[in-house]
Amino acid sequence: MSEEGRIAYLNARLLDPATGLDVTGALLVEDGRIADFGAHLFRTGAPSVNEVVDCKGKCLAPGLIDVRVQLREPGEEHKETIASASQAASHGGVTTMVQLPNTSPVIDDVSVLEFIARRSRELKQTKVYCYGALTKGLEGKEISEIGLLTEAGAVAFTDSERMLGDAKVLRRAMSYARAFDALLVQHPEDASLAKGGVMNSGELASKLGLAGIPAVAEVIAIERDLRLLAGTGGRYHFAHVTTADGLEAIRRAKQAGLDVTCDTAPHYFALNELAIGDYRSFAKVSPPLRSEEDRQAVVAALADGTIDIVASDHAPHDQDSKRLPFDDAAFGVVGLETLLPLVLSLYHNEHLSLNDALALVTVRPAERFRLPGGRLRRGAPADLVLFDLDKAWRIEEDLLHSKSKNSAFGGRPVQGKVLRTVVDGRPLYAAAGY
Amino acid sequence: MVLDAADGYVEQSRRVDKTSDLMKGLTVINLFFENSTRTRTSFEAAAKRLGADVINMTVASSSIKKGETLIDTAMTLNAMHPDVLVVRHGNSGAVQLLSDKVDGAVINAGDGRHEHPTQALLDALAIRRRVGKLSGLTVAICGDIAHSRVARSNIQLLQIMGARVRLIAPPTLLPPKAERFGVEVFTDMRGGLHDVDIVMMLRLQLERMQGSFVPSVREYFRYFGLDREKLSYAKPDALVMHPGPMNRGVEIDSELADDIDRSLIRDQVEMGVAVRMACLDILTRPLREGGAA
Repeated sequence: MSEEGRIAYLNARLLDPATGLDVTGALLVEDGRIADFGAHLFRTGAPSVNEVVDCKGKCLAPGLIDVRVQLREPGEEHKETIASASQAASHGGVTTMVQLPNTSPVIDDVSVLEFIARRSRELKQTKVYCYGALTKGLEGKEISEIGLLTEAGAVAFTDSERMLGDAKVLRRAMSYARAFDALLVQHPEDASLAKGGVMNSGELASKLGLAGIPAVAEVIAIERDLRLLAGTGGRYHFAHVTTADGLEAIRRAKQAGLDVTCDTAPHYFALNELAIGDYRSFAKVSPPLRSEEDRQAVVAALADGTIDIVASDHAPHDQDSKRLPFDDAAFGVVGLETLLPLVLSLYHNEHLSLNDALALVTVRPAERFRLPGGRLRRGAPADLVLFDLDKAWRIEEDLLHSKSKNSAFGGRPVQGKVLRTVVDGRPLYAAAGY
Repeated sequence: MVLDAADGYVEQSRRVDKTSDLMKGLTVINLFFENSTRTRTSFEAAAKRLGADVINMTVASSSIKKGETLIDTAMTLNAMHPDVLVVRHGNSGAVQLLSDKVDGAVINAGDGRHEHPTQALLDALAIRRRVGKLSGLTVAICGDIAHSRVARSNIQLLQIMGARVRLIAPPTLLPPKAERFGVEVFTDMRGGLHDVDIVMMLRLQLERMQGSFVPSVREYFRYFGLDREKLSYAKPDALVMHPGPMNRGVEIDSELADDIDRSLIRDQVEMGVAVRMACLDILTRPLREGGAA
């Protein structure tokens, strides 16, 4: 268990989405880093190590990087803490989390960033990185200290679950961010169209008598931002894109050469608005679950590479925030622990190859957010996940390790179970026998 | 079944001695999270005429406050063992949420813009008693359909009973994809009212009249308010309904509303009590029969 130790993982199906590697072999961890790996390793003799893990042919891949997580610490520790989220992450194969700035206080000041960094250093659990607020107090008015925050470790800038709607402020932020080569992340949803809405506008909202958010709110926001970006340049990323039209706009912008990427969350490719059924507030998310046509468009965009990343959009809420009339319930679902099996469903349903599916949660977020990890590489941090690709199980909210249990996937049968999660060589979670 | 039972209760309500002891010893709580005079009074009269003990609770407060206390309120009242809870709430789905938490029967007296089932039942009863049937009739529902639970419940029930339903409203007051409800949708009264048997007007909330959904009251009345001229597009003997309370001169011409030959509006109120008596009767039958055995 020591960081200084040598740990050998034998008889593993080694998967590296960055290189397309998929071979049976071994991997050696030394001093918390990947010392060596491959089919050749330990072929000729037993390794001299502190610990040997027999992977029994199961998949060993880079640990998952979840770039959109709300940890609720500081400020709402009754919903989640860095420690409880780490528990969930470890059981879900996630080794790196990027925390949104909508904590209380907001991460718009170096001191908050340093508080979170210190807490996660002390805990020595899942790695935590932070977004900085794009505007002070997430109020959409004044640009935050992008330079100082970048220097302190902020990996990207966003106003969290709020759209930065003011075109003038956004244009300035885009220009200014170029000086620090900072990545800006937008929640693309026109606020005036979304105002008051609680689910996707359409037949079901009309039947349930719930106020709708029209799907067009997304593409309007995306198209506008892309126009601004074409003028200013810079690195730009759209979070949780959910509609066919929005994705088509991003597809075209990429073809035109803009430095733009996007992500989606599992609930947008694995669920549609019908999950709300009879006012199920656990299916209330922002942006809302969309129509089946849009869900299929999200799957297609994952398959053709328009969507670069999958993030869980982990948003823990306690019962008091969710067991309410649908209008009053909070937006958001927990997702850290269910990210891997839901991403693997893209492989099991034959939309993506195994390495391409894993790339969405490993090397691609690592590259875009410039994070270490996400790859099997000699000298890289030994952030790893060992998982059983085919193992079938059923998601049960009550068994989740997050402090809040608001999963949209309760009762859903999935395939793919985490057996061991390793951060800097240290196992944070290991199933019996692994 | 409800309508047949209600027919009997219309007669009971017209007697001098209106009260029976059918529900003697049973407790009905009227729990209203939204102000309502007529629906609450109607439920209260219905329960009292059946001999039940009635408690009225009005919990009006800010919407956030309401949400926080909803399940707690349900649990508290449940501990008092009411046999029937009659619930009105401003949020769609809230009554269902509450009904999951209590043991007794729950009657939805209107939830948000979702459903108002007893209103649809009383409307159906009023039509059936005047016209003799529902099947084959064409009913036009006119006005603020987007925000109306009355419209949603009526669309469902009228279709079940074999009537054809049309919706007539300015596009801003139609719910998205309204055509998927199996109805015909019109945005003009002349086309929409053509050959219609029943014209069901809906109330337009004051706050929606001033520029947000329609530009002004006078423009709304001009194009969507029901007067004699617009009614003439419908069948010669077409009847007019309104769930109340009416905005005279906004959605309906005052004199037309009072025309006893063309208007079912007063019948609707009377049928309301009878239908609610029938609902209370039917929902407590297992309880009363179980209690006797």
